[in-house]
Amino acid sequence: MWKEIFNKPTKWSVMKGLIIKEIDDLIIGSLGIVAFISFFVGGVVAIQTALNLTNPLIPKYLIGFATRQSVILEFAPTFISIIMAGKMGSFITSSIGTMRVTEQIDALEVMGVNSLNYLVFPKLIALLLYPFVIGIAMFLGILGGWMAGVYGGFTSSDEFINGLQMEFIPFHIAYAFIKTFVFALLLATIPSFHGYYMKGGALEVGKASTVAFVWTSVTIILINYILTQLLLSK
Amino acid sequence: MIEVKNIEKSFGDSKVLKGISTVFETGKTNLIIGQSGSGKTVLLKSLLGIHAPDSGQIIFDGRIYSDLTPDEKRALRTEIGMVFQGSALFDSMTVAQNVAFPLKMFTKNNRSETKDRVDFVLKRVNLIDAHHKLPSEISGGMQKRVAIARAIVNNPKYLFCDEPNSGLDPNTSTIIDNLIKEITEEYDITTVINTHDMNSVMEIGENILFLKNGVKAWQGNKEEIFVTDNEAVVEFVYSSNLFKKVREAHLKDLK
Repeated sequence: MWKEIFNKPTKWSVMKGLIIKEIDDLIIGSLGIVAFISFFVGGVVAIQTALNLTNPLIPKYLIGFATRQSVILEFAPTFISIIMAGKMGSFITSSIGTMRVTEQIDALEVMGVNSLNYLVFPKLIALLLYPFVIGIAMFLGILGGWMAGVYGGFTSSDEFINGLQMEFIPFHIAYAFIKTFVFALLLATIPSFHGYYMKGGALEVGKASTVAFVWTSVTIILINYILTQLLLSK
Repeated sequence: MIEVKNIEKSFGDSKVLKGISTVFETGKTNLIIGQSGSGKTVLLKSLLGIHAPDSGQIIFDGRIYSDLTPDEKRALRTEIGMVFQGSALFDSMTVAQNVAFPLKMFTKNNRSETKDRVDFVLKRVNLIDAHHKLPSEISGGMQKRVAIARAIVNNPKYLFCDEPNSGLDPNTSTIIDNLIKEITEEYDITTVINTHDMNSVMEIGENILFLKNGVKAWQGNKEEIFVTDNEAVVEFVYSSNLFKKVREAHLKDLK
């Protein structure tokens, strides 16, 4: 499948339009839900941390610290990717699967179009912008934590920001974006594979979407474990 | 012209095509008929290159398909127009975008040349008003006509149609049949139609290939099919009372 995706490329004038469409469907179309989830989960992380800091000796700036670490290291790259496996993944599998069932992929092949390149390559390129989505998720997660912490009366703005800046390791950002890039490849290819090679009718399109979501999620969790072990353990 | 020489195709233990040889002529509507499971679809898909035959040759105007390089095969496919059973229109594109698709992919036409050609073929299939509609917004018969327009927009040498009348009312079926026949004659293309529809056989069957259990059981035209005494053909084509009566009346007239 990989070889065919890059083989016999579609004309650039056509491919350009396909990439823009995929950016709109996959990236722009995901911003709303990502923003909503990130903002509120960031807020919940801050509140949970604050409510568990019962010892008065533990400083309040830990709320900002814990929010930053949770959001940047795991929530934004990994858990947003699992949510996206459901949103983007099922969209990719069902749209390609429906094209398979309704012979649209056969039509492309009969015309002499490399259907894998035509269908999957634009998704791969569009998902190169996926780290941008995760960057927004990180920002809004922390913003949500700050608002919940400050306006909920759990900490002051200065303390929260102090916690955000405390023991900041720039490599953690690199680690998060390396993971994000790998997850973007998984999000584009696993659902495409399940859609492209599915057999059957409408019922099987639904089944393929579910299977694609499960496999994408499982793969993300496993790759997350391996990358964390490789990149963060000393 | 497409020559088929002794092609065989099996799926596992099941032999679907058993040494079929025939010629599909240019400028004529060539029909493949036969019961379900007789090998019609496998033969059509073999002609399209979707299935590779186990043995035998398919020759497109002197070009042996199995001897072509992948690039030559891809180039040959741009000479093929295909009308799928379910139309297979790209549902994210409008009617005009669907028809323009082969031009955008395989020609260097500029925007106005593409638009002119799309307008021309849409006019040819009487769909000029459906330009901006999505496939889901038009009827099954209109979808078939869009599929025909898309198949002929790039001036194909070969036109393949898989059950072009399935799911259509008799009147629309006749319109589609006549359209395919007119286009075949107008552009002098080799048209191969896979059909179950006996009205099509009687209307446009200039060269009819009858398959039974993966074997060529009969070949002829719509006049010959009336008078044939081939039992398998008579049993299949005249299975309905209406067609039996039509045949009897026709034979009476001949006497």
